[in-house]
Amino acid sequence: MAAIVELNRIGATFPGATAPVFSGIDLSIERGEFVIVVGASGAGKSTLLRVIAGLLPPSEGTIRHAIDTRADRREIAMVFQEARLMPWRRVSDNVALGLEGLDVDRAERDRRVAGALKLVGLANYGGRWAHELSGGQRQRVGIARALAVDPDLLLMDEPFGALDAITRQTLQDELLRIWHETGKSILFVTHDIDEAVYLGDRVLLLGGTPARVVRSYPVDAARPRDREHADVSRVGAQVKSDLSTLFEGGGGI
Amino acid sequence: MSRRSLLGAGGLLAFLLLWEAVARLGVIEATLLPAPSGLPATFLSELTLGFWHTMVLASLNHYLIGLVCGSLLGVAVGTAVALFPTADAIQGWLARMLRPIPPLAWIPFAIIWFGISETAAAFIIAIGVFWINYFTAYAAVRTVDPDLIELAASFGHRSLFARLRKVILPAAAPGILSGLRAGLGQGWMTVVAAELFGITGIGQRMNEAAGLLATEVVIVYMLTIALLYGISDMLFVAAQNRVLRWQR
Repeated sequence: MAAIVELNRIGATFPGATAPVFSGIDLSIERGEFVIVVGASGAGKSTLLRVIAGLLPPSEGTIRHAIDTRADRREIAMVFQEARLMPWRRVSDNVALGLEGLDVDRAERDRRVAGALKLVGLANYGGRWAHELSGGQRQRVGIARALAVDPDLLLMDEPFGALDAITRQTLQDELLRIWHETGKSILFVTHDIDEAVYLGDRVLLLGGTPARVVRSYPVDAARPRDREHADVSRVGAQVKSDLSTLFEGGGGI
Repeated sequence: MSRRSLLGAGGLLAFLLLWEAVARLGVIEATLLPAPSGLPATFLSELTLGFWHTMVLASLNHYLIGLVCGSLLGVAVGTAVALFPTADAIQGWLARMLRPIPPLAWIPFAIIWFGISETAAAFIIAIGVFWINYFTAYAAVRTVDPDLIELAASFGHRSLFARLRKVILPAAAPGILSGLRAGLGQGWMTVVAAELFGITGIGQRMNEAAGLLATEVVIVYMLTIALLYGISDMLFVAAQNRVLRWQR
């Protein structure tokens, strides 16, 4: 396995702020790996995704992408917490957003939009407006939009955070199926530890001021996983205990 | 017919009957308030003499030129100012100074600059329409959801042109369209006044008739303005609903 993206001593500072949000972050994501980032709010988890996506320049360190660039795809695509659908576009045109401006002709675009919608279980929803969808369906469209550009790396910023518990579990399983079918690498931010250990190959805990990777937890449980399996819940318990130590002790584990 | 439209028609009819009664009973002198029953004949005579369509076409001409120029400039400048902080800072005091000046206060300068001409009338109409569109476009663009702009950027639409086309203009469309509609009405309000100083059009004909105490002619043109405004607003709303059909 080869690293698909490698962060070397990355730090980020908000415009106007003096102290960095996080600093000295080393992270390498392997092809096909599912990596989770958890941490206290304000630790810059979302900011980290934005730096990797190129939406925010890092204030220190370097990023190396080892992904193949072609004119008909984007290397990295993002899924946001709020689905962020454009209300003036139909579902299929929302999914096509990232294909516009790529070297993709009309027929290919339609084919990829249909493929992405099928992958998220919304094959017949292309003609709907965003306001006609439920919260879970909107989030599926957000995932389809990211998949349509055929990225190597999927960045997901608490994508299920605003959903009810049942829908969240359904979408977690759907995401695992899609991940399995497509072999994409995923970097997934969440504050839900149970979600983190159920989904991830590896969980990174961010904490401190400025934030850094406090600890990395491999989740070795075999897939498909059982949410209640001892290997899963053991890691979850460890992360939860470390996270509360972080809150109380202000950084040292 | 629904109960609501029945009541609406009833209200209009009652108003006309009351007006007719007041005029017929001689409560008010006929030149001060002509009876509505005489208006169709007046309208027909204006039509057969060729005044009506000449005046309506002339006014429509001023109106459309003023409306198109004022709307385009208002939307363009309002959008640009909302996009660039420097331009925004520059316009602050300037707009606060110029905006409260009523369009009709520009009449002296319109005449000095353009003479008693069609251009002068169009200019005055354009000024009122400009400010309405300037402020609504400004507000609409300023309030576009920054999350959608970030979304578009994350999918490769980062240039100013791409941002405008993919996010800002469609997101601001409801606001911009409501400004255009308000300008459409404001234009009809101004058109008559802009023609009062002798430029061919409905306003000029009304002024002439008023001087001769031909008040029934004045009323015919007052109703003409109401009709033209009603038709243009109805057409605009139909087009607006089509463009904004994504709003439930």
